[in-house]
Parts: sequence; structure tokens; C-alpha cells
Amino acid sequence: MRPSGYFFNNRHAERQLFLARAAIAVIGTLILAGVLVAQMIHLQVTQHDHYSVRSKDNRIRVLPLPPTRGLITDREGRALAENLPTYRLELIPEQVTDLEETLQAIKALVPLSELEEKRFDRAWKRRRGNFNPVPLKFRLDQQQLARLAVNQHRLTGVSVSAHLTRHYPYGASTAHIVGYVGRIDQRNLESVDPSNYAGTTHFGKTGIESTYEDQLHGWVGEQRVETNAAGRQLRVVESTLPIPGEDIKLSIDIELQRYAEQQLGDKAGSVVALDPRNGEVLAFVSLPAYDANLFVNGISVADYKRLNTDKKRPLFNRSLKGQYPPGSTIKQLVGLAGLEHGLISRNHSLSCSGYYLLPNSEHRYRDWKRTGHGRTDLDKALVQSCDVYFYDLARNLGIDRMHNYLSKFGLGQRTGIDLLGERSGLLPSRSWKKERKNEIWYPGETLITGIGQGFMLTTPLQLAHSTAILANGGSGYKPQVTLGKNAEPITAVKIPKRHLRDVERSLHRVTNSRLGTARSLSENHHFHIAGKTGTAQVYALSQNDEDEDAEVREDIPEHLRDHALFVGYAPIKDPKIALAVIVEHGGSGGAVAAPIAGRIMQWWLDNGSPSPASKTPSP
Amino acid sequence: MDLATLDSEQRRNNSWISVQFQRIHLDLPLLAMLTVLAAFGMLVLYSAGDNNADLLVRQSIRLLVAFGGMFVIAQIPPSIFRRYSGAVWIVTVLLLIAVLAVGSKGGGAQRWLDLGVVKFQPSELMKLTLPLVTAAWLASRSNPPTSRSVLISLALIAIPVLLIAKQPDLGTSILMGASGIFVLFLAGLGWRWIFGGMGLVAAALPALWYVMKDYQRQRVLTLLNPEADPFGSGYHIIQSKIAIGSGGFWGKGWLNGTQSHLDFLPERSTDFIFAVLAEEHGLMGVIPLLALYLAIVFRCLYIAAQATNLFNRTVAGSIGLTFFVYVFVNIGMVSGLLPVVGVPLPLVSYGGTSMVTLMAGFGILMSIHTHRKLIAR
Repeated sequence: MRPSGYFFNNRHAERQLFLARAAIAVIGTLILAGVLVAQMIHLQVTQHDHYSVRSKDNRIRVLPLPPTRGLITDREGRALAENLPTYRLELIPEQVTDLEETLQAIKALVPLSELEEKRFDRAWKRRRGNFNPVPLKFRLDQQQLARLAVNQHRLTGVSVSAHLTRHYPYGASTAHIVGYVGRIDQRNLESVDPSNYAGTTHFGKTGIESTYEDQLHGWVGEQRVETNAAGRQLRVVESTLPIPGEDIKLSIDIELQRYAEQQLGDKAGSVVALDPRNGEVLAFVSLPAYDANLFVNGISVADYKRLNTDKKRPLFNRSLKGQYPPGSTIKQLVGLAGLEHGLISRNHSLSCSGYYLLPNSEHRYRDWKRTGHGRTDLDKALVQSCDVYFYDLARNLGIDRMHNYLSKFGLGQRTGIDLLGERSGLLPSRSWKKERKNEIWYPGETLITGIGQGFMLTTPLQLAHSTAILANGGSGYKPQVTLGKNAEPITAVKIPKRHLRDVERSLHRVTNSRLGTARSLSENHHFHIAGKTGTAQVYALSQNDEDEDAEVREDIPEHLRDHALFVGYAPIKDPKIALAVIVEHGGSGGAVAAPIAGRIMQWWLDNGSPSPASKTPSP
Repeated sequence: MDLATLDSEQRRNNSWISVQFQRIHLDLPLLAMLTVLAAFGMLVLYSAGDNNADLLVRQSIRLLVAFGGMFVIAQIPPSIFRRYSGAVWIVTVLLLIAVLAVGSKGGGAQRWLDLGVVKFQPSELMKLTLPLVTAAWLASRSNPPTSRSVLISLALIAIPVLLIAKQPDLGTSILMGASGIFVLFLAGLGWRWIFGGMGLVAAALPALWYVMKDYQRQRVLTLLNPEADPFGSGYHIIQSKIAIGSGGFWGKGWLNGTQSHLDFLPERSTDFIFAVLAEEHGLMGVIPLLALYLAIVFRCLYIAAQATNLFNRTVAGSIGLTFFVYVFVNIGMVSGLLPVVGVPLPLVSYGGTSMVTLMAGFGILMSIHTHRKLIAR
């Protein structure tokens, strides 16, 4: 295709046309280049700050550094709740390419229980993204760790991280007081500042763990790390260390606690022991109990079902929430009320023939002793726990005065102990009955209230608390399970010295006279105990059942037997321990509860040490 | 008159060294600029490839091959290209059909022809052939071109462009179509045709939407709103804009780009290498690069203006303008002005095939510029 002569003639015109077009091309090129420059200026100058921030957000991740949870110790500094290092298997959602495949690969290395898989499924659905790991298996053992380490290269997105896991070395012994932590949930987060819980996985659910969550938790720290696009952390840019949670020292003596447990044996029941001089809780036993460690990383369905359906209700905190009829363990208080109101004196007596009759009524209010106690004064009524004497006194006092006086000992109201979930018991009154049952108060109900039966309910803690107030001569302290706070005095009731002396002497005779209901305590004790037994009816025996005998009930099935109660304090001269013991379906208080209480008091007086505050007087 | 112009032009800017280069058919200014560009590209690539020396070695080998190819092609007189372009066009179209029929797949598209020893990409050959054949055809007809010759030119362009679009390789077909259109435009395509064509394209845009494949539509949607799917289709463009924008005026410094070195920026040594440069060197790196590209384009247009006949002029101009289209499409795509099409940044992006083709194009330009005496004789 050689240029022909014809075209040769137009070469000049051709070139001019080309130059014109080339000029247009140059202009077009410059315009388009200008567009690029404008876009660059837009991105790099105008929006530079915006993109700088985004670039930083891209590479800098803020990781929360959760604080170490404070330890919980007993009064001697023995750890009741500690943090043990454990290894956890986690998946990082962004790095897992094929979830099913990864899980299969893991299963070939470490066994996964059905529960673990189910829990993982739930957590996986709620994953928060941003390279937040989803836990798959807690508490890997050494062998599993090794297997995972060897196969790490095949498992993308799978990581093993070291954590501190809450551990309760005394297991069941502290479950009802220390409580436990569990996986944090939405409701927990709503009650706290979520930013402070950014890296926290566990939350105090019950007991001290729950009450003192704020102190135990501490303050979250943070770490700014540079990561690449795959989420791999390359270096720490800057970090603020967390502030660990405060340690909490309990007033409990774990050895006393365990000793008290042993004394209850396999019986269901409760022991609450207080130091009457400051309100410190020395032992707080509720049996049966459960291993709190089961709950830390989520309890299995089988375990929970077992605990929850157990007839003896191990999950139930009897000391704090159990409400029992106090039975005869309040008679000394009713007696004091009588003395206070001048209705009786120490010499006042009546004749007990085994039952009591209200005027114009055929109903026999029976004494536990069918044959009666004969002539009975206040001392004899307390020592032998005569019911008829207190029927009469209660009738003279009336429900209003009785309610008033007993409430001064903390009955019918929460003691204010620093544990959550305390029940208030029930101290019946006219207004209560009107309000709750819309019924008038019957005189007969006053009578049985006088011997701690009927509507009246108390918690073991309340019984111990009222006993501590009595031991202290009418003043007292709010019960508390933690040391370090000042004892909080409560003004209870003014008891004239001579009333107190009379009642105390009788309570002493309960434990050391030949006829005392707790006479078994007279042996082997080198100190003096004031105490009162009680037997709370579970099975409402017919008042007219002539075969019934309170002391011989071996033929009654165990779950219908009476609760055995005992309250007391020692030594009488300078009380160092006040306690309440309840043995469910134990039978008679004197025979069952009193010896247990005696041994616990003896252990404490032999081995216990007073609180550090009273050990070293402030300079 | 032509001879006189030639001589005076040659006298005017021909230093001794320049003349020596002309003797071996190289254009010194163009060669110098391309060398500077390649060197700058190596610098950016070193950072983009995470200081990988291996990558640099491989890229150097490609550059040597590409510059060698340019040198060889520059020795061939333009008349040869003109004479054989028609035959080559026919063969290449047949090869393109063969690719569609039996070609091996790479990255979801059929582009390669396996010749046993080497894999061959006929579309690269067509990139060179298309402006040549269009120019040869137009140069053999009256000028300005008649409607008939325009229609035939369009057919010459459309056949390979459609074949390549079907592979599918949208980037290449756009560049190729552009190179043909540039020849037509520079040859004096009538304004009726130009505006008519523009109107037709504007009218066809909605229809184009329906012809596009899903992934192509997605790319357009992503361009309009990348934040709609920040971890999916929008990821590339968002990360790229973050890289460019965070570079700012002075940049983060060579080897200090966080977007690139922490793997946030995808395909950073190939199609998105511009973002690495913009992040590390800032606007102060971008402007000189653009200036260098424009200088190369203008040198091409200057060579075209100095060329002695229509074929040479339009071929030289088309190659220069197509080179600019590479730059514009790549930077436009990386900075979020254009949808994502696979077009490399010339002489900077890592990769061999297109670089060799590109340098072969510059070889043709040098041939045109340094064979003028022969034509004049």
C-alpha cells in the first residue's frame, strides 16, 4: 500500500488536519490529567484527615486487658477463691475459612462434648466480629495442648489462649457464702459499665462474688496493637495496664466452717456462728452444698439437673434463705418481754398440767410433756422448755407487745448481712394478718406464737443474730462476712441487768443442769454455755392424738420428723461466739442440735483467733 | 519542502549523542523518560512487594526483555509494519477465535493459547496490530476518510474488540478499541461521526447495562457506593482510597506505607501499585509521576507530528494516546473514579506481558522517528 501520487498532493492538508486533531488530543489529555490531579488533591489534601483516621482504624486495634479478679480469703488469709491459669481453645471467626472442616479437624485432636459444641454454636451466632475469639473448649489438659501445638499450622483461625480461671479450693464448703462466678450475660452487663467489662468473661453470680463484684472486678486496661489485614497482631503500640480487683478477706474461718460441716454430717441443716462483739460471721454452713467450681465455665445439663432435682436442695442457701419455725428457741426472748412489761417476775409461777385452755374454749393447747411440768416458774420454764408457761405469758402479753419486743431482736426483718438474697422471715402481727390474709387475729394464734410456732418463721442467720444481741446484753452489730469494715452497731433493746442475769442463768442451766433440755452439754466443756433448744414441728400432729409423744418419734419417717434447733453463746462471762444450729428433720433439739453446737463452740474457743482488728488495738 | 523541514528539525535538536542514538534507531528523549519511569517503578515495586528482592529480579528480567524487544522493533522500517499489518490482522483474528474455542483458562477468562512451549496471548499481538492495520487502511484511502472507509475501519476495530470482550477481557478490549478510534480521530474522522458516535454511546449506555455480566455490573455499583459492601466488592476500592488519602501531601515515606505493608491493600504490586506510591510518597510523588507520563505522551505526539506520512503519524499518535489511556484508566480505577478494570499502571505494575507489548509499541514509535531519512530518500 504505497502512497499514490494523488494523495501526495494533499500531504500538506493532511498534516494540517493531523496537527489540529493532535492539538485537540493534547487538550483532552490535559483535561483528563487535570481530573486525576483534582481527584488526588481531593483524596490526599481535602480528605486526608478522614483517610488518616481510617488508615489508623484499619491497623490499630484496641484490645481490652481485663483485670485480674481479686482473691477471696478467710480470716486467716487462706484462699477461698483464687485464679488458676488454664488454657482455652478459641476460634477467630475472621480467620476460619471453613467452620465445619475446622471443627472436624479439632475433633480429631481433642474430644468435644455435646455441651461444648452446643455452647460454641450459641457463642458463634453471637460473635462480635473484629477478631474477637469465640471460645470452644475450656480447660485444656497438657496432652491436648501439645496435640494442638503440633497441629497449629493446619488449623487456621484456631488459637489457644491462657486465661486465669476462678477456682474454689474448698469447693462445696464455701459455695453458700463465697458463691461463684459464671459466664457474663446480658443482664449482668446491664448492671455495670460495659466498657469496664470489655474483656471480662466472668461475673459474680452468687454470694460474696456477687455482693462484692465491684471491688473484686477491678478496672480494665487497654492495649493498642498494630495488626495486619489478616488480624495478626504485630506489635503493641501502647498499653494501659488494668487495675486488679481488690482482695476480700472474709470473717469466716474455713477450718471452723469445715469442722461445723463435719458435725452436721450427712444431715441437711445450717450453722451460723457470729462473733457477738462485732457481728463478724465466723461460720456460715448450709448443707447439703454443691461444688461451686461446676458453675464457673457453665454447668452441664446433667450436673445441674442432678443438683436441681435433689430432694435435699443443695442449691438452696438455708442459712440465708431457709425460713424455719423457731420453736422454743425464742422462749427466752418472750420471757424477757414478760419481765420487761412486768407481767411476770422470777418468782411468778403457774401450774403446768400438760395443756392449756383458753376461756370459753375446749381446745387443748398441749405441752410437749403430756404429764405436765407441775409448778413452773420462769427458770424452770426455760430450763425444761415448758410450753404451758409461755402460752400463759403470751396470752398476757398479747400479740402486739410480743411482736414489738421480738422485732427488737431482729426477727421478722433482714439482718442486713452483706450477702444478697437474704430472707426476712416472718414475725406475725395483727396488721400482717389483716393485710396478707384479710383475717382477724385469733387469741389462740398468740399462744402458739409464744412458743415459736404458728405463722412465725426465722432464718438461721436471724436466730444467730438475735442470740448475739442477747449475748451482748441487748446491743449488737450488723452481721458481716467481710473483714476490714468497721463493725456497724445497731441499737437493739435495753435489757435491765437483773432481767438479763436471770435469763442468762436459766439458759446456762439449760446446758448444765440435770433437767436441762441440753444437759448433754454439761460434760466435757471447760467453759459455760448459755443456750436454748428448740424443736420445730414439720408434721402437724393432731392436737387430740393421744398416742402422740414429742420425745418418742422414731417411727415417723425422716422427712416428717421435727427440725432440731439450738441457739446459744459462750463463754457466758465474755461471749466470743453466738450461734444457731438447725438440723432438718433431726428430731429433738436437745439431743441432736445442742451437742453439735457445743462442739463447734468448743472448737472456736480452743482454736479460733479474734479478728485482726481486735487482736491489735489501734495505736 | 518536506526534506527541508526534516533537515532543519534534525539539525535543530540533534546533539552528537542524540545522533548516535538515532543511528541505532532509538529516540533518546523517549528512551530516557521510559528508563526513569521504569527505575521509579522498581522503587515502588520494591516497597509494594514487601522488600522482596526476588520480585525485583524477575521484574528486571522482564524490563530487559521489553527494552530489548523495543530495540529490535525499532530497527524495522515502518513500511514493513504497514505492508504486513493486514495479513497479521487476519492471522490474529483467527488466533482469537482459536482462543475462544480451545484456549486455556486463567482467572476465569480464556486469554491464553497454549503452544506447547510457551503460552501465547493473541490479544497482546492484536493490541499492536489494530492501530497499524487501521492506519494502513486509512492511509491507502483518500483523506479525510470517506464514510465507506470509516465503516471498514470500524469493522477492522470491532471484530477483534468483540472477540476479546467475549474472553472476557474488558480492560484490553477498551484499550484496543481506543487505539483504533484514536487512529480514526487523528486521521481526520469527520465531526459528524465523532458526535454521532458519542451520541450513540450515550444512548447505548442503558442497553449496555443489560449486556454486562453480573460481576461487571457489580463493579459499576461498587464505584458508585463502595461502602455498601466494605468487606466484599467494595473492599479493594475502599482500601485503595484509604491508602491514597492517608498518604497526604508528603506521604508516609518509602517502605512505611501501613496500608500496603500490613496487607490491607490487595493486588498492591500489580493493578493497585499506584495506591502504594500515593500512600508512601503522597501528592509529591503523584504529581511528578503524572508529569512524566504526560511528557512521554507529548513526546509521542511530537514524534507523530514530525512523521512524514499519514500512516506514521496516526500510528505514533495512537500509541501515545493509548499509553495515556492506560495511565488514566489505572489511576482513575485505583482512586475511585472509574470501575475496576484490569489495567496495569504502565512500567510500574508488576507483570510481563503487557509491558512487552507496551515497549514494542514504543519500538514502533522509535522506528517511525528514526527511519524518516530513508523515506525521504
